[in-house]
Amino acid sequence: MRLFSALILSLIIFPAFATDVRDISEFNLKQYQGKVVYLDFWASWCKPCQKSFPWMNQLQDKYPNDKFSVVTINLDTKTGDMNEFLEHIPANFAVYHDPKGSFAEKFKLPGMPTSYLIDTNGTAVKRHVGFSKSKAPKIELEIEALL
Amino acid sequence: MKTRPLLGHFYRGLALLAVISSLGCSSMGVQPWERDILANPEMEMTADALDLAFDEHIYFSKEASSGGQGFAGGGCGCN
Repeated sequence: MRLFSALILSLIIFPAFATDVRDISEFNLKQYQGKVVYLDFWASWCKPCQKSFPWMNQLQDKYPNDKFSVVTINLDTKTGDMNEFLEHIPANFAVYHDPKGSFAEKFKLPGMPTSYLIDTNGTAVKRHVGFSKSKAPKIELEIEALL
Repeated sequence: MKTRPLLGHFYRGLALLAVISSLGCSSMGVQPWERDILANPEMEMTADALDLAFDEHIYFSKEASSGGQGFAGGGCGCN
């Protein structure tokens, strides 16, 4: 009986914490048109990325979902590394997995992490390389200016 | 007399081969998103933190400059 209830409980809880991970081939910026998008490139081995995750979760909760989305692209070559990271720090935003780095090549990322602030027309208006907590308020002001 | 033009062709061919083979090196270097293996603790230059502190101090004393050590110092744009 205990085992049964534990099983039911885990089935209920687990989906709530599972992150929405998709393949990069499914990524299309047009589906976010009309919204302000915070596009972030990250990887599990990048320390500042680990620090930016709780903040990005807060961002997604802070602004209305119909006007703002956090969209991230993961560049881990091993899926296991990405999944392990997401088990420790789940995300409430979409993660697109790009193990071959094809998307990163297109953007010619200068460093990790790199994030782009994209306005409602799909134009990238700001780029931030690296992350630190002191930068967060400035980025939030930039998002609010676009909303 | 006939060997001279042949030698000229040979050296020209050799020079061309040297140039072409060096073009293969034009994409050297690691992109920022490819540094996953370099980020492993096993890939750090020094094993001991105290050794690293001594080395950095000696370097600073001699060079009157510091930094550039470690993964993040090497420049992953992680600041």
